[in-house]
Formats: sequence, structure tokens, C-alpha cells
Amino acid sequence: MTHQGQTTGQVRAVSSENASYPARAEVPVGKLCARFFHRDIRLAIRSTGQWLNPLLFFVIVVSLFPLGIGPGPNMLATIAPGVLWVSALLAMMLSLDTMFAHDYRDGTLEQMVVSGYPLSVIVIGKVLAHWVTSGLPLVLLSPLLGLMMQLPTDAYGVLILSLLLGTLSLSFIGAIGAALTVSISQSGVLLSLLVLPLTVPVLIFGSGAVSAVATGLEASAHVSLLAAIMALSVSLAPVAIAGAIRIGVAASR
Amino acid sequence: MYRFADRLAPWLAGLCVLCLVAGLYLGLVVAPADYEQGDSYRIIYIHVPAAWMSMFVYVVMATSSAVFLIWRLKIADMVALASAPIGAAFTAVALLTGSFWGKPMWGTWWIWDARLTSELLLLFLYLGYLALRGALETPQSASKAAAILAIVGVVNIPIIHFSVEWWNTLHQPATITKFDKPSMHISMLRPLLLMVLAFQLLYFHNLMVRVRALILQRENRASWVAELAEKNHV
Repeated sequence: MTHQGQTTGQVRAVSSENASYPARAEVPVGKLCARFFHRDIRLAIRSTGQWLNPLLFFVIVVSLFPLGIGPGPNMLATIAPGVLWVSALLAMMLSLDTMFAHDYRDGTLEQMVVSGYPLSVIVIGKVLAHWVTSGLPLVLLSPLLGLMMQLPTDAYGVLILSLLLGTLSLSFIGAIGAALTVSISQSGVLLSLLVLPLTVPVLIFGSGAVSAVATGLEASAHVSLLAAIMALSVSLAPVAIAGAIRIGVAASR
Repeated sequence: MYRFADRLAPWLAGLCVLCLVAGLYLGLVVAPADYEQGDSYRIIYIHVPAAWMSMFVYVVMATSSAVFLIWRLKIADMVALASAPIGAAFTAVALLTGSFWGKPMWGTWWIWDARLTSELLLLFLYLGYLALRGALETPQSASKAAAILAIVGVVNIPIIHFSVEWWNTLHQPATITKFDKPSMHISMLRPLLLMVLAFQLLYFHNLMVRVRALILQRENRASWVAELAEKNHV
């Protein structure tokens, strides 16, 4: 949308159906990634619901737990890491299906596939933008909710760090599921069904790190493993995402 | 390929029944009772082969998915599709029998033990695979999308397994998760291996029958299918 000129250039390149795309300008990989990142960020800012709804969901789910389990401060402090992490995970799941859906519906995704630019690089830009608009707000709000859940004060640093690493991995792992289900309308529940089992390691080490600190232990082992999962998902997932998008776009033709 | 599956299926069925009868006889009648667990240990003759198969079938599924994605072999996709429900059934059997054994031995139907948890997650992976296949309408895209999911799953399985194991040891080290397994006497081991073989054969037999059906379904416009149907007065 913000790069009108470039998009029309791509369309012309497609119609020629050549292996060498004459209309395609050479763009460095980092710049290509950044372009799609900026584009998606702008789109997200313009539709408030896209970044606000997961955030509200996160707040509401967390505040349901004291109502369901009881307001005792000791009890809340014990379950706080798990509750915050599970709620953040569910909020991320909720935001996933919008990741490629709009671009799929208006044909932009297909243009990305046929543009001749490396799809996995484009995908990285898009997923990072998704993380900034849906994962990062959760991370920033989490200390406030930790306060409401009586989380011990020295656990806040690790809570933020673990959520930073974890939500980024969740964005990349979840994007695989979002790409696989892109051609299915009403894919929300199916998407969660596919992705949730794969997110178990992130949840285990994320909430494990927070509760380790809350009970006075070292969290470095958990955090290192979380960082390893993040490195793995950021480097490997884009290939699977790009492959899945190609299949989804081909299915609609 | 159809003929191959057609010819192989009865042989596999016969061998499977043979191993099953021999294994069950040796396991349930000949093998002595365990000195600690009495007769209830005998459920391992179902439980252990089912648990092994649950993992083996997933690996077969992921491998044939990769073969399908790389070489576009249709038969590999059919093998993956046919394997998924069988694997899910083996996983469910392993969980159920484990639960039946856990009640008298551990005093509870379910423990959040590392192995139990990762087996449960494996079941979720199978069900997710089947759900994705069911949801996508065009067969080609369903095959490819499901193949990607199976490969992503097989990369994740070791990570999930080890994370669950560490989670368990980090959280509750003092529960009854590990019990010393005395090395097995040969009279108990022999039926177990026979049962493993029987389950293996059961899987391959089931696979052949299902693949045969899938070939017929997908090639229903081919002339040889019509001839076959005519010959069998369908």
C-alpha cells in the first residue's frame, strides 16, 4: 500500500512470465526485510483492533484467575508466573490469524510470492512487525499484571526478559501455523490446535525462568534455553513459513 | 503399487496373527509373574509395543512427507495420510494402557511424568495433523501443507521431549517418576519382542489396506480401476 510504484512494477514483471524479471529492481536483503516491516507496522497502527484486542484479552484472562481461584496473595504469588505466561501465549495465539489473512484476501500475498524476491526474507519482516505490534505490547504490560498477581519484586526483570525472548519465538512458530491455514476461512481454532503443542517448550522455560527467580533460584539456565529456542525458530521457521505460504497461495488459484 | 499392497496385505495379516498369538500366549500364560508387580506387569505386552509404534509411525509419517515434498511421489503422501490415524490410535492405546497400569502401581490414573506428558503432546500433534488435513479442501494443498506440518513436528519432537523432561526434574524431583527396572528375564523378554514384531506387522498390514483404498479413491477415473470393479462385480 505504501509502495505503490514498486507493486505495479512487480505486476508487470509477472505478466512477462520470465525467469529473469526485467522490471525487478535489485534490493539488498536487509532493505527488503525492512520495507515489509515498515509497511506492516503502518497497517497495524491504522487498525487499532489488531494490536489492542490481544492486549485487552491478555489483561482480562489474567484478571479472571484471581476470580476463579481465589484472591489469597500467597496462592496468587505461586501461580503468577504460570498464569502470566499462559495468558500471554493465548493472547499471541489470538493475534496470529490476522498475520497473513488480510494480505491473502486482497491478493498482496500472491504478489509477494510471484515478485521474485526471496519470500523467506519478506516473511521475516512481516513476522517481526507482527511481533512488535502484538508481542511487544504484552511484554510492556506484563509488569503491571505481575503487580496485580502479587509477583515478588525481584522477578520482574526475568519476567520481561523471558517474555521478550519467548513472544518472539511464539511469533515465528505461530507464523508457520498461520501460513499453513491461510487459505482456510475461520481458521482460528484449527490454528491454535496446530500451534499450541509446538509452543510447549517456550512455555516451560519461560514460566520456569520466572518461577525460579520468584522462589530465589538462578534463572540463567532457563533463559539460555529460551534464547536458544528463539535463535532456532528465527532461523529455521521462515523457510517453513515461506513454503507454507506458497502452498496456500497456489491452493486459491 | 496397488498390486504390491494387495498381495502383501494378507501375508502381513497372517504373520501378524501368528506373532500376536505366540506373543500373547508366551506373555500371558508361560511367562512367570513379576515378584514385585504380580500379574499386572503383563500389560507391558500391549503398552510397550504401542508406545514404540506411536513414535515409529510419526517418524515414518515425517519421512514420507519429506519424500513427498522433495520428489513429489504421490504414494509417499498416501503413506503419510494412511499412517496418521494408525499412529494416533497407537498413541491413545499407549496412554490408556499406561493409565490402567498406573492405577494399581502408582495409585493414580495420571501423573505429569515426563514420558506421559510428551506422549500426550505427541497425540496432540497427530490430531492437529489430521485436523489440518480435514480442513483444507483441495487435496494437493492439503497434502503439501500437512507434509510441512509433519516435518515441523518431527523437528520439534526432541525439543518437546527434552524440555518436558527438564521441566519435570526441575519442578518435582521427589515423585515416583523413576523406578528401578530390573533387567528382564528371558522368559519375559521373548514375548515382549514377539509382541513388538506383531505390532509392527499390524501397522504395515493396516498401512497396506489403507493405501490400497487411497489409491482406488484417487485413481477412480483410471481404466484399470473400472476393470477391477467390473471383475469383482462392484
